[in-house]
Amino acid sequence: MLKFLHAFGTYCLLLKKVFSRPEKASVYYKQTIKELMNLGIRSVGIVIIISFFMGAVITLQTAYNTENPIYPTYLIGLGCRDSVLLEFSSTIIALILAGKVGSSIASEIGTMRVTEQIDALELMGVNSASYLILPKIIATLVFNPFLTLISIAVGIFGGWIAGTSAGVISSQDYIYGIQYAFIPYYVTYAIIKTLFFAFTIASVSAFQGYRVEGGALEVGRASTKAVVYSSIVILTLNVILTQLLLS
Amino acid sequence: MIRVENLLKSFGDRVVLRNISALFESGKTNLIIGKSGSGKTVFLKSIVGLLDIDQGEIWYGDILFSKLNFTDKKEIRKEMGMLFQGSALFDSLTVEENVRFPLDMFTKQSYEEKLERVNFCLARVNLVNSNDLYPSELSGGMKKRVAIARAIALNPTYLFCDEPNSGLDPKTAIVIDALIKEITEEYNITTIVNTHDMNSVMENGEKIIFIDEGEKCWEGTKSDVLESDNEKLNDFVFANSLARKLKENK
Repeated sequence: MLKFLHAFGTYCLLLKKVFSRPEKASVYYKQTIKELMNLGIRSVGIVIIISFFMGAVITLQTAYNTENPIYPTYLIGLGCRDSVLLEFSSTIIALILAGKVGSSIASEIGTMRVTEQIDALELMGVNSASYLILPKIIATLVFNPFLTLISIAVGIFGGWIAGTSAGVISSQDYIYGIQYAFIPYYVTYAIIKTLFFAFTIASVSAFQGYRVEGGALEVGRASTKAVVYSSIVILTLNVILTQLLLS
Repeated sequence: MIRVENLLKSFGDRVVLRNISALFESGKTNLIIGKSGSGKTVFLKSIVGLLDIDQGEIWYGDILFSKLNFTDKKEIRKEMGMLFQGSALFDSLTVEENVRFPLDMFTKQSYEEKLERVNFCLARVNLVNSNDLYPSELSGGMKKRVAIARAIALNPTYLFCDEPNSGLDPKTAIVIDALIKEITEEYNITTIVNTHDMNSVMENGEKIIFIDEGEKCWEGTKSDVLESDNEKLNDFVFANSLARKLKENK
């Protein structure tokens, strides 16, 4: 418990350093654009692939579990839409990004730490925490909601392709189902969750990388820790936010 | 000029530096020598403020650096340049961007002015036509030169070099040593070099401090080294039989 509190305190102090006034806004702006490319655009491909198959499997599983004449088939479309909207496109994609983006952030910053690049920044009078971490946090906060929206669209599309191709639902029923009893707030809910998750992925992973001491082995460990701790925080936040936002 | 007084640094229960006092003069290449693990790097990192000290004072001219807060330290740090043991170039930036980095961060110069300064610094370290290369494409000696060019980009008052010759062949090491000495004299910089390279000691040792097991054991110039009867210093400097014979014959 004491170890956890110490780590949490160090994390808070790091965040304080991260959110202090930047040395030069134009340099930070350029860095943020770079991070948008590295952490955001380069994640679009994996999000599309995973979301497509996720939507497809949800549709097929819903179809095979509701093979009963009393259930109207359009419920398959509705089930896919709500599953994707409420849980998969925000939480599951966040967990996947914690693996992809989180490990990349931790290993990048960790390597900079062990090769004294962070010391070099500090020695120049640059706030290394802010320079390295703030652009990553901003980039994930800006871009991850778009990834969630892409995931929602692709997931529902994947469900339609799989459902109609397997012959478990007609195109008309699926489209009716995804429109039926639609609650727009669910999109807001997914976006709010995504923002919390994005902050978690960037800050927790950066924290793990920033505090690395040692060599390549420790960088690897930090990268693993970044994924594990980000995932745990994401799952915990998921429960808390669901209770707060949907109750 | 940098003055260190009674510096004490420990990690947990382990005392790494004990009551070290030293004066580093401007326009001179000041060397800190000692065995691996003697505390040289900790001493250098304490002087530049990368490590917090437990006791003692570090003065940069008339400013008590060790007591400054983070923001005030930043102002002094803009006058520092440092060559790290592994060069510490930013992997994601080209040679030009690495050298331009401090200029981007702390000046309001136009791109053309910055480029002119970058090219001047790179030419000063005899590295031309390498602007677009990445650190991974450079040899060890080239990396050190780029790191020196980056360190002098803002015309520093203080230059720190941690093992500038590590991993270099003797000839390249001499070139790097000569470069550091030239720059120090040309711009009247206070330079502190951590080294265990004896060629450096004999070439550049205008002022030498010998540290052993966290304590300052000896202080002098390169000619004093030959005369010294300090047993620990002689064991370190004249470690091999050939060097011992040379000392005996002076």
